[in-house]
Amino acid sequence: MFEKALKGNKYYWMWLAFLGFFIAVACVCYLRQYFYGLGLTGMSRDVSWGLYISQFTFLVGVAAGGVMLVLPYYIHNFKAFGKITILGEFLAISALLMCLMFIMADLGQPLRGLNVLFHPTPHSMLFWDMCVLWGYLLLNIICGWVILTAERKQVAPPKWIYFFVYISIPFAFSIHTVTAMLYCGLPGRHFWLSAIIAPRFLASAFAAGPALIVVMAMILKRVANFDAGKEAIQKMVTIIIYAAIANMFFVGLEFFVGFYSNIPGHMHTLQYLFFGLEHHGHVYNNLVPFMWAFILLFFVGMALICYPKTRKESDFWLAMGCLAIFVSFWLDKGIGFVLGGFVPTPVDEIVEYYPTLNELFITIGIWATGFFILTVLYKIAISVEHEVEA
Amino acid sequence: MDKNRRNFLKVAGISTLAGLGGTAVVDRLVAGVNVAHASTEGGHGAEQGGHEAAPAAHGHAAAADPNANRYGLVIDVKKFYEDPSLGEKCVQACIKTHNIPEFDEKKDEIKWIWMTNYENAFPENPNKYRDEETESNQLPIMCNHCDNPPCVRACPTKATFRNEDGLVLMDYHRCIGCRFCMAACPYGSRSFNWRDPRPFVKELNRDFPTRMRGVVEKCTFCAELVEKGQLPACVEACGESKAMVFGNLNDPNSEIRKVLKENHTIQRNPSLGTLPSVFYIV
Repeated sequence: MFEKALKGNKYYWMWLAFLGFFIAVACVCYLRQYFYGLGLTGMSRDVSWGLYISQFTFLVGVAAGGVMLVLPYYIHNFKAFGKITILGEFLAISALLMCLMFIMADLGQPLRGLNVLFHPTPHSMLFWDMCVLWGYLLLNIICGWVILTAERKQVAPPKWIYFFVYISIPFAFSIHTVTAMLYCGLPGRHFWLSAIIAPRFLASAFAAGPALIVVMAMILKRVANFDAGKEAIQKMVTIIIYAAIANMFFVGLEFFVGFYSNIPGHMHTLQYLFFGLEHHGHVYNNLVPFMWAFILLFFVGMALICYPKTRKESDFWLAMGCLAIFVSFWLDKGIGFVLGGFVPTPVDEIVEYYPTLNELFITIGIWATGFFILTVLYKIAISVEHEVEA
Repeated sequence: MDKNRRNFLKVAGISTLAGLGGTAVVDRLVAGVNVAHASTEGGHGAEQGGHEAAPAAHGHAAAADPNANRYGLVIDVKKFYEDPSLGEKCVQACIKTHNIPEFDEKKDEIKWIWMTNYENAFPENPNKYRDEETESNQLPIMCNHCDNPPCVRACPTKATFRNEDGLVLMDYHRCIGCRFCMAACPYGSRSFNWRDPRPFVKELNRDFPTRMRGVVEKCTFCAELVEKGQLPACVEACGESKAMVFGNLNDPNSEIRKVLKENHTIQRNPSLGTLPSVFYIV
């Protein structure tokens, strides 16, 4: 089926070339980092994880978000999702590939990555994260490919594939739960040490993932003559609304616990993220604009996807609303959550993190690679769709 | 009727199996971390009134071996306050012994033992009306060689591990540089080689390896010296001042146990249940 990705109009090729440019830049930047070391990034012994791990964390959520299509379609037999379930599965594949690239970019000794397999360590959450991420990736590749092939031949998918489809549902939940456990099981990092991290991750994932799929569906409607169907889109928007509200509810609970209990350790990171944290006469606040943009975009996005006029009558505003939710939750989880957790340090110092240009280009390049893969996969899926219709 | 019974048996059988399997997995998870832990209960638990409950809770831990070593360190903070040059001596001894690079940029910084303020070493113990001596002086901090180390729990490759003497060590050749241990350490004791450290080693000690970029490192309690019956470099640097006392916590007749018996000591953030092996006389 890959040959379908090789036939496209000039906009298709221009878009791929555009992404390819950023991929090429990132390759050069990565080589620089590979030969110099991670010192080319803005990370330090105080903020020891930066953009790479925060993007990884967010993208695990995007990958898990695909299950919000798979679950209603296969468990509840919600037929309207039949046409776009494949979009969710292919989004999961490209998001997971981005996750793996971000992990590799973050390793100090990438060539030793296989040590995680050679010396399996069940008491490390990173070991389990590797298991579930690879598992979910393979499940999505198998399910997506087999079902698409069946569709192309216009036969029912083989029975055995449903075994993998059903397994992929708990796997989707597990990838983000285990990713949350990387953080919430660490003693001495108050902001992360919270039992609500896993549910909060899942809630924001189930909003951000489907939000991206809606945006993609709207773009595909314009450029690829692919209509996901009104019912499917509207149902997804409903899912996004509830999941987004759940996420904000959980964020609110964090605020309550921190500020009502008045325990300094529980308040510090929230203060740092949203108001700036005063420490020895200096106010540290470099993430404050991002956090308020997160809140603002949430309300803008919610208004656009809740108000009937923008939600039902305008594809453009609906896509804008979903994009606002996606960006909002990216700011929350892809920026604030990971970077904020390092402030203050265990020895009560404050070190602010600023990514370097090299690091930014690698990050952009990995995103571009993900969208490159996504474009190719969607191209294949939609070509099959058109072939069947014709 | 018959069918119901069959279904019941099926469900009962499967849940029993799942239950057994589940317990086994959990046991393995906990056991991995606690094997070493158990061997030290005898010596360590005695001082730690509040912590005795923790090891007891893991009922299945292996029998304590009273003959095993368990190294610890007592730091007399008052002596560091009296002689401010002492701290610098310790830090320099460590740098020379372990080929620790000295960078110009703070971002690249690597440190095993360093001098800091009381409020930074013990942030869980704030005091608005602190005495002047504590306020204006510094004390040394380093890896606590925890009895229950979160870094060892977090490491995905066992590159950081706890040896039979209770020292938390690093295998620089196995470390993949994921820095999970740095996020896990509640004492900020770990450093990462952000770039090639070798050009920044001022005086090379040929008896200890240099590291390469991309791996984590930290204080080892000078395991290589302790093995030969010598004292760690920082303890040695304190000389006759007795500002630092190093020894086997499991030996009731050791000097360190005598010092612990005679003085009130505290540990850094003990409420996290990590059971640090570094004690401070304040």
